[in-house]
Parts: sequence; structure tokens; C-alpha cells
Amino acid sequence: MDTPVIELSGVKKSFGPVDVLKGVDLKAYAGKVTALVGDNGAGKSTLIKGLSGVQPYDEGIVKFNGEAVNIHDPRQAGAIGIEVVYQDLALCENLDIVQNMFLGREEISQLTLNESEMELQATKALQSLSVRTVKSVRQKVSSLSGGQRQTVAIARSVLRNAKLVILDEPTAALGVAQTEQVLNLVRRLADSGVAVIIISHNLVDVFKVCDDIAVLYLGRMVAQIETSKTTQSDVVGYITGTKTYDGAN
Amino acid sequence: MSNLTPTAIGSGHEGNLRDQVKAYFSRVKNGEMGALPAIGALVVLAGLFGSLSPFFFTKLNIANLFVQAAELTTLAAALVFVILLAEIDLSAGVAAGVAMDIFYLCLKSGLNWIVGVFVALIFGALVGLVLGWFVAKIGVPSFVVTLAFFLGFQGIALILLGDGGLFRVEVPEIKAIMNENLPAAAGWGLLALMLVISLSIGLWDRARRSKLGLAVRPLSILLTKTALIGLIGGFIVFFLNQNRSAAFKPIAGVPIVIPIVVGLLFVGTFVLDRTQFGRHLYAVGGNPEAARRAGIKVGLIRISAFVICSMLAVVSGLFHVSRIGVVEAAAGRSIVLSGVAAAVVGGVSLFGGRGRLVHAAIGAMVISMIDNGLGLLGLSAGISFLVTGSVLALAATIDALSRKRSGGSLARS
Repeated sequence: MDTPVIELSGVKKSFGPVDVLKGVDLKAYAGKVTALVGDNGAGKSTLIKGLSGVQPYDEGIVKFNGEAVNIHDPRQAGAIGIEVVYQDLALCENLDIVQNMFLGREEISQLTLNESEMELQATKALQSLSVRTVKSVRQKVSSLSGGQRQTVAIARSVLRNAKLVILDEPTAALGVAQTEQVLNLVRRLADSGVAVIIISHNLVDVFKVCDDIAVLYLGRMVAQIETSKTTQSDVVGYITGTKTYDGAN
Repeated sequence: MSNLTPTAIGSGHEGNLRDQVKAYFSRVKNGEMGALPAIGALVVLAGLFGSLSPFFFTKLNIANLFVQAAELTTLAAALVFVILLAEIDLSAGVAAGVAMDIFYLCLKSGLNWIVGVFVALIFGALVGLVLGWFVAKIGVPSFVVTLAFFLGFQGIALILLGDGGLFRVEVPEIKAIMNENLPAAAGWGLLALMLVISLSIGLWDRARRSKLGLAVRPLSILLTKTALIGLIGGFIVFFLNQNRSAAFKPIAGVPIVIPIVVGLLFVGTFVLDRTQFGRHLYAVGGNPEAARRAGIKVGLIRISAFVICSMLAVVSGLFHVSRIGVVEAAAGRSIVLSGVAAAVVGGVSLFGGRGRLVHAAIGAMVISMIDNGLGLLGLSAGISFLVTGSVLALAATIDALSRKRSGGSLARS
């Protein structure tokens, strides 16, 4: 098996006396979608905040493409190729799609914004994901639906040449059709060679799109299994702690 | 995914003239009205005052109107920078007043007027720095901290100039800004320059887009826009170049302040539309959290906006001194509210992130016209305040409603 894009081993994080992560292992591979599931308070957000550099881990080894890295701020995470698409999307409604996709990393020439270059690259990024739901790249984000916004946020990570994209509850606020669109988009994103981690509570979605499922329970990774080798009821058991993964199946 | 021919995703630049016009109207219908309500108000007001007062459309009054509006436009433009961040600066007017007191004291101590202007601008920058620091670093709401400065600066003005102080500023260069006019040829020359610059920028953008194979709007749109600016500008220059004096000594030409204000608006618009700083300013105004996550230094943007606001306010203070020829302790107390009103009436959103400098100019024209027209009709200042207040309430309502519409159902649930 090839080297994982990201490999966590023995990661720990505590807030004062509360140990949130008690030694977590996780692997995510290029071209694969890994689900990160777990009940509220299991430590999913804390795990992700460590990867994105918002809240560095206290202990443990983080390997990126096989090399140990120390991620201590969001900029650095972005620089090595980790992008997080947050649940509340982090788009500016008053700006258009191109402006949002390039926010903070604008193309500059002769001290001014190179709008045409940015527009071209944004269009290409959307096309590379076979996006058909967006009419114009110069639409204001305020005029977009939830699914379209999610699309823009995901396409932004493509534009930034991310190696690992972490999606926080990408379908939580979406209707049926839009959920379908976004899941297809996630699949295409992984197929283009990116490692994807999805945080989700929706096991139907997880089983539809993910290759791997990682289950957090009270700060420990109790299972990381291939989707094809498990069932929804088993995963629910691991999440709630009523079943223990023995690694045998 | 090997097939990357330009497909369904457009850019809004496609289509012929009719498609473009249609797209524009659908944007307006969706709540992106910009300055349209204000332009409508201008037309209605001009018609109303023109029919009620024979003096309204005289050359002298129109010239006066432009000069009055120039001062308010500058202050409103200053405020746009902080209003775009959904902040407010109530102290801008009195800060400009104090800056002018300092300017006067510089003159009194024998300094050159250029040095005086420089010192006043530095003072403005410092005020903006402190205000921005309070807002961005301490987290005091701008409404409160600028209200505190509004009160404090009135005190400083009284201390610097003494009770009821009123002092003449005898600097010909300063006086000339609002009271002298350009030679006729210079007016035409500057208008031509403006047209050439705006046309070249438009052509440059088109060339850059075509080079990358992107769709471009029909050339006729750019030409029509330029022609429209030329027509309106040409009419104004022609009108102002006529003798407007009733006395023996003729008064003619474009007042010097007008090209200065147009220049300020141009530079400001360029910064807002075409630089990274401008883009980040809009982003912070639209969604500070998104801006922060995108790596934008939100605090720095906020502080810069306050610095720009206070410095531009000082420029408007200079125009005020030029017009009335004196510094006084009470200067700038009421004009700041007219400035906010002008920006909002022109179409700058108080919710942040939406608005342009030209909106401030159009709004300032509306507010000045109400003041001027009602004055001509001999109505009391009371009526003027009432009307201005009503217009502001109307504009704020339009702002809130259009925001609701363009925000869609998702924006606020």
C-alpha cells in the first residue's frame, strides 16, 4: 500500500484537565474519501482543528506524505496543501465566485488585481470538477443556493492545489438533490487524486461516497475500516460504544 | 474530464447588447439597485425645485450647488471606507474641525500653509489610527468610541480656540479652492483627460480578457458609457464656463474644487476596485470571519479604513475653511450626519460590504440639493431637516429591503 497523504499517530490534545484526544491514529490516502464519524464530543472537531493548524496538538506524530511535519498555524497548513471547508462555509456573500475563490491569494500584476487571470483559473477549477450548476463565475455568492455555495468552497481547495481536503459536515444544511450534487463533487475531487476527509453524522451519505470509515469514540479512534467490509449497524455500534471493533473482519 | 473547452459556465460578459441590458435589469430587479434610487431622487428634486423657484436653474445657483456638494461629497466618501466595514465614524466632522484649528495655529505660529496642511493631515491619520485601534484591537463598538471622540474633540476645539472663537484664515491658495475657477480651456482639457483615462482603462481590460480567450462585452457598451460621461461632463463644463455673475466683474469657469474632488473619487475608486487592499476591505465588510480564515489581516484593514476616513475628512474640513474663510470652535458638528446620510442615500449599505464612492457623490448631491432648494424657496431650516431626515429614512428602508431580497432565503433564516 502506498504512503498515506496524512498519517496521525498517537495524537493527544487536552484542554486543562479534560483530555479530548487520547492518542488518535488516522490515515487518509490520495484518491480516497475517508469518513470521520463519532458522536458529539467524540473529538472530531478538535482532531480537525489540529490538522488545520487552528489548535495544534499537544503530542503525537503528524506525517504528510511520509514526512513528519509540525503544523502550528492555518497559513502553514495551507502552504503544505491542507484545506478545510468549514460547515459555515466562510464565503463573502457580497463578493462574486471568482473573488471568493481567490480571497486572500489574489493574482496581482502591476500592483493591481489581475481579474481576467483569476476568472480563467476559477472557471478551469470549476470545469475540472465538472460543475454544471453554476451559471456565471461572476455571480454574487448571495445569489447562490446552499449546494452551489458548497461547490464554490470545494472548488476553492482545488484552485489551491490541495493534497488533503477536509470537509466539515458538507451536506448538513442541504436538500436531497443538492446533497447528491455535493457528494458527486466530493467523489470527483477524490478521483482527481486528492485525499478527502469528510466529517458527517449522516451514515447514508457516508456509505454512499466514502472508501474508509474512521470512528472516534470519547477521544480514541476505535476503528478505521473499509466501507465495503462493514455495515451501518456495526458503525452505529462503534459510534455509540455498544460494539467493539476487533479488527478481525 | 479531458475536455476543457469553454462550456456552460459563463462570466456575465457573454452575449450581445440586448443580453447585457437584460442582465442589467435582472440584477436591478434582484435588489442590486446601486445608485438608481438616488439618481431618481435627483431628477425628481431638480424638477420640483426648478418649477417652484425661478432662481434654482440659474448658472450662479448651479455652480453654488456643485461647490456645496463638493465639500459634502468628500466627507461622505471618507465615511464610505468605514461604512463598507459596517462601522461608523461619528467623529469625522469634528476631527476635521480640530485639524483645521491646528492648521490655523500652525499659520499663526508663522509656518508655511503647505506645512500646515501636512500637519493637519498627519493629525487626521493619527486620529484614524487611534479610532481603528480601539475598534480592531480592543473591540469597542465604533459607534461608541467615535461618539466619545465626537464629544472629546468638541472640547479640544473649544480649548484650542476659546469660547465662540472665530478666526480668519488668510491664505489665497486655500481660499482659491472653493472660490476661484479654472480657465475655460483648462475645464475642457481636464474633461478630455478624464475621458481618455476612463476609455483606456476600459480598452486595457478588454485587451487583457481577449488575450486569455475570455468573453468580452460588446464594445458599444464601453463606448456608450464613455459618451455618456462625456455628454454629462461636457454639459456641466459648458454650463460652468458661462459668465454667471450679475455684477460687472464676470465669474466663469469650473470651480477649482471640482477637479480635485473628481480626482479624489477616481483614486479612491481605483484603490477599492482594483487593488488587493480594496478587495480585502470589501471582504472584511461582507464577512469578517471568512476574511480572517482566508488569511486577511482583518485588524489591519479596519485600522487602515479609519485612517483613510479621518484623512479624507480633514480634506473636506479644508474645503469648508476655504469656503467660509474662518476656523471656528463649532465646526464639523452637524455635517458628519449629513455625510452619513449622503452615503446611505447614494446607495452605500450600512450593513457593510456594498457601496461605491460614486454613490457617496450622488447622495451628497441629493442632500445638498434639498438644502439648496428649500433654502431658495424661503422655507425654514426646520423643514430642511425634516425633509432630509425623511429621505434618509427612505434610503435606509430601501437598503434593508434590497439586502433582504439579494440575500436570498439563505442569508438570514
